[in-house]
Amino acid sequence: MTEGGGTQGRLAVTEKSGVHVVHFLDRKILDESNIVEISKELFDLVEKKKGIKMCLNFGNVQYLSSTVLGKLITLNTRVNEDNGQLVLCAIRPQILEVFKITKLTKLFDIVDDEVTALSHFN
Amino acid sequence: MQEWHEIIIPSTPRARQQTEAQIMKIVGDRGFSEEARFSIKLAMEEAVTNAFKHGNRFDKNKKVIIRYSCNDKNFTLSVRDEGEGFDPSRIPDPTAPENLTLPYGRGIMLMNAYMDRVAFSPTGNEVTMVKENR
Repeated sequence: MTEGGGTQGRLAVTEKSGVHVVHFLDRKILDESNIVEISKELFDLVEKKKGIKMCLNFGNVQYLSSTVLGKLITLNTRVNEDNGQLVLCAIRPQILEVFKITKLTKLFDIVDDEVTALSHFN
Repeated sequence: MQEWHEIIIPSTPRARQQTEAQIMKIVGDRGFSEEARFSIKLAMEEAVTNAFKHGNRFDKNKKVIIRYSCNDKNFTLSVRDEGEGFDPSRIPDPTAPENLTLPYGRGIMLMNAYMDRVAFSPTGNEVTMVKENR
């Protein structure tokens, strides 16, 4: 297992078995300024690593808005266009409900936890 | 008798953050359940975002008028922008398969899903929402 990574502003990124695992440092991904920064960091990472295998760990996230959902959709599209893979994990029930209500559970690969996410890629 | 509070804010992130924090504190102090607080926070966020983005077109000179009333049983919020308004019935269904990959258009749906009552003014530039404390 290879591990490495660091903190890039709003995200903590580690690499585990070829998968970039991203933890959000903000508990509330709501206001426009932090959404813009978070998006930039995510898209920069995808741009640098074509064909990326990325796991977004939402364990720390207590609130998010539909603007964030929009950014995630665009991210998912970009990753898939580059033949990468995106998995979301550790989403709290209240936040998962937002994905369910918007039927985005049909669009995203969502699993319960990081261990499951990592095996998902293999 | 309902006691209303009115806050008029410019269309800036800082003003909205302070206002939303102030309102959420009041909701918390009134003992609203975690579910209700989550719902109010989400719906308020969506309503103010729509007011900033679609109503006021991010014009910092335009105002958003927020009115709220809170008692132990329910919370009512009204958000009005200075835009031209719109027809909410013409917003496409974001859950339709052809719309799932669109990165926008879910705010009103979430307001309707999380609040007990949602109503738009005839011009569409004001939304009023109610959440009961359960």
